[in-house]
This record gives sequence, C-alpha cells and structure tokens, in this order.
Amino acid sequence: MIGAPAAADSPGVSRAEFCATACAEVFRGDGEVMASAFGTAPALGARLARMTFAPDLVLTDGDAALVNGTPALGAPPSSLVLESHMPYRKVFDVVWSGRRNLIMMASQIDRTGNQNISAIGDWARPKVQLVGVRGAPGNTVNHSTSYWVPNHSTRSFVEQVDVVSGVGYARAAAAGPAAGRYHEIRRVVSNLGVFDFETPDRVMRIRSVHPGVTVDDVVEATGFELVVPPDVPHTRTPTPAELDLIRTVIDPRGLRDREVRG
Amino acid sequence: MADKRLSLEDLTGELHSGMTIGIGGWGSRRKPMAAVRAILRSDLSDLTVVSYGGPDVGLLCAAGKVAKVVFGFVTLDSIPTDPHFKVARQTGAVEAMEIDEGMFYLGLLAASQRVPFLPTRAGLGSDVMRVNPSLRTVTSPYEDAEELVAMPALHLDAAVVHVNRADSSGSGQILGPDPFFDELFLGAADRRFVTTERIIDTEQFVSEGPLQTMCISRLLTDGVVETPGGAHFTACVPDYARDEEFQRAYVAAASDPDGWSAFEERYLALDEAGYQAATRAAAAERAASPMGGAK
Repeated sequence: MIGAPAAADSPGVSRAEFCATACAEVFRGDGEVMASAFGTAPALGARLARMTFAPDLVLTDGDAALVNGTPALGAPPSSLVLESHMPYRKVFDVVWSGRRNLIMMASQIDRTGNQNISAIGDWARPKVQLVGVRGAPGNTVNHSTSYWVPNHSTRSFVEQVDVVSGVGYARAAAAGPAAGRYHEIRRVVSNLGVFDFETPDRVMRIRSVHPGVTVDDVVEATGFELVVPPDVPHTRTPTPAELDLIRTVIDPRGLRDREVRG
Repeated sequence: MADKRLSLEDLTGELHSGMTIGIGGWGSRRKPMAAVRAILRSDLSDLTVVSYGGPDVGLLCAAGKVAKVVFGFVTLDSIPTDPHFKVARQTGAVEAMEIDEGMFYLGLLAASQRVPFLPTRAGLGSDVMRVNPSLRTVTSPYEDAEELVAMPALHLDAAVVHVNRADSSGSGQILGPDPFFDELFLGAADRRFVTTERIIDTEQFVSEGPLQTMCISRLLTDGVVETPGGAHFTACVPDYARDEEFQRAYVAAASDPDGWSAFEERYLALDEAGYQAATRAAAAERAASPMGGAK
C-alpha cells in the first residue's frame, strides 16, 4: 500500500474525518476514564469513541464539570447534562490517579516522543514564547498521552524539541522508574498520518498514512528519521454509521473542516 | 469581628517593591484586575509574580513592574498567549521560573501547610528540571524507593484574589463553577487580600449560594476591598462573562507601540472608577457602531 495515491476506496470521506477517526482509536479499549481532548479532531474523536466502542468514557464540559451523554461540538452550555463537579484542583487528582486519557497538541514533537508547547529557541530567551509547559510534564508521567498535530511539517516534527514539556520515552527512561511507571505515549495523529512508538527502542514509527497521502509525503514533511515498516496501511476508513455520527450528530456545523482541509 | 475593609490604595500601600506576590484566578478568569490596575498606578517595581497567568501577568510586565514570573502558562483562554508576556520573555526583560501547573499547585499547598516540599512525579524527565536547576528530587524512604520531584513551597509575601461576594471581616464567596487555587494563594502568603464584586452582610451569603460556595474563610484574609467589575476584562461568572471584545482590543493595542500608548491613556492612566467608566463608554460605542467592532 506504500505510495497509494488517493482515497479511492473511501470516496467522499474528508481528511478531517480520517483524523477524527484516528483520534477516536486512541480511546479504544478505555473503560471509565476521563477523556480530555484538545483541538477539533481530538474532541470529535473522543465523542465518536464514546458513542461507539468506548461507551464508558467520561467527557468534560471544558470548564469545571463532567457531562453525561455525548454533547455535539459547540453545544450550548445550557444544553449539557452535568454529572459531577470537576474544578481544576480535582483535575489534578484525576491526572495523578491515572484515570485519564489525553490528546493534547504539540508545537514540536520529536523522534522519542518529547513534546514542546513552552518556547521555540533557547528557553532562557526564546525566539517565540508559547503558552508554557502547562500540565504536560505531569500528564505524560501519570497517564496515557497522545498528540494531535494538524500541520505536519519539518517545523513541527523535529529531531529534538527545544523545550521538553511532555516527556518522551528516552527521557522518561533516563529519569528512572518513577517517571516510567505510568508513562505511555500512545499515538501521534497528524493531518498526514498516524504514528506510534511500538518499536524496540521506542522511537516514532509510521502506523498508517491517511488515504491520499504517501509514505514519501510523510517522510519529506518529517525532520527526523521515522521507522517505516515494510507495509504501511491506510488509516482506517470510518464506517457509514461513524460517518453519519460525525456529520449529523457530533459535528453538524462542520467545525472539523476549519482545522484540516481536503 | 474585625472590620477588614480597605481601599485599593490601602491594598497597594501594604505592598513593597521586591515582594513576591501571588495573584489568584486562572488564565483570563476571575483575576483581581482592579488590584492589578492599582499596582500599575503605584510606584511598586521589581516584583516576583506567581500566577496561573493571564492578562494580569501581561499588564504588569508591560508596565515594567516585574522582575520575575513564576508560571506554568500565561494565556488569555480564548486567545492562546498574552502579547506583553511574549515580548517580556523574548526580550529577556523578565526572569522566569516555569513549572508544571500541578507542581505549581503543590508549591502553594506546601507553603500553606508549612512543609518545605511535596513529592510528585510531575516534572520528572522534563525540561522543567533543566531550566530550574534549583529543583531537587527526593527518594521515598519506603520500600519502593521511588525518586520523585520535591516541589518546594512557593512562599508568597502577599496574595490577592477576586471573589463574587465577601463580608467586611474577609470571608469570601465564589459563585462560579471553579474556585481555582485562590484558597491556596491566600494560605501561602504572609499578607492576604480579597477583592470582591460586592461586600454583603454575612447573613446574606446563604441566599447567594450554597455553603460550599463560601470557600474563603476569614482565617485566610487580612484585608477586603469592594471593587465592582474588579475582574474586568476577565470572566467573573455568574456576575459577568469575559469581555471578549475588550480582550481582543487589548491584544490588538499591545501589538503596536502607538496603539498601546492610546490604550494606556484611555484606560490605564485613570483610577478604577475612571477605568470602569471608560470601559462602559467603549461598550456603548461598540453597541452603537453598525460594525460592532472592537476599537
């Protein structure tokens, strides 16, 4: 399947819908854990997973509560059914208990899964100050973390991130058993494909490419040497039922197309 | 009970240059902005600001009040970053202690509990340890022998938080969905100040909200300031939402020196009553404008 030119086997499915389905797969097998998802494709994916193969997932309202059911993207707050109080202080209880599965964004990500949202350039005097490390250091050593990169390029997929915010495999291993005990970088989903670290030395591997993307496209847009298996499959095509949920229930306003085009 | 009511000027009068000051709220939510504006008008300088950062940090940096920022993020929520803080970091104008936001919580908690540190996994393996060479790890004295980060207490010389209601003796009531870490900011500080939308009689608390909204006890406060609109332009629900148009105007103004001078003159060169009047006037102008643009 290497070099497959187009989504001939899945006509009409948009790139954003492949991304959302790939994000949903991040939650496969999860039971009652808090699904936190930043970015449109991850938010869509968490909802899709909850409505299909991970029905026990616990979603948040993006503010200070857990919600019952699966609200549409951008649903008005007054329409949500709240089931529990989840202010930030309690969020840390959840993070540190491990009962969470997270997809966060990455301004930079590297070969061993380090992520950067702190600063571009030298930390002491950055070329560009970003938002800050936020909870990335703690998240990554406490529960499964995945990343969503909507603009796959040699600027976002780099040999070594400038400031290690989220901790990758090599750094976690070097920091000792306490850092590695609950550490897992499950997936990286980009607008071009899906990646994981299921290699002997825990470096990034292509898991699938989205239909319409070639392995060469991915390699060219990546600033480090990816592990490329002999047969790279296409990212799974959403089922008709899943597509219907995405289009009519979860994201009827089409917010997904503003994040990823094509 | 002691009457702890103060004016904003009384509050800034209790602060000194060089102090470490904690600021409550989170991002662009329930920030004690009236107190921040009072600091902008004062001659205070060389401050270490400890904050789950929002426009409080940006404004103080822009005014040259800040020597150092202790933070896990600085964000305007609906706008990812604060332009003034970016400039301050990119020009090296301020020193920085950047830590995981959970480490930040534990630092305040340790200070509140008068213990030197609290252990956590957060920080292990990350560059938080590299850029803060003073951070240490601690080895569990139990069988597991795990090596964890020893997050040091974040002692504050002073803290200020903004709440929906308070009484004159300094009990505070937070009516919004998230009390954030305000209680811990106060607990970590030597001098503790609460600003509030409205000072009410103590017996009125119960009609404003359930018992658990009365989350700031007077054990934690030295002074209370009534300052309606005191969190503007950040959110202070249920009293008011974030003023998104004003926040966009703040960001736009910050991006060029002339724009920023005009913004300062129109809003920040005034006392708090003047600021509130100027923002009301700006809102009225927006409402009257057919474009409804933020200017």
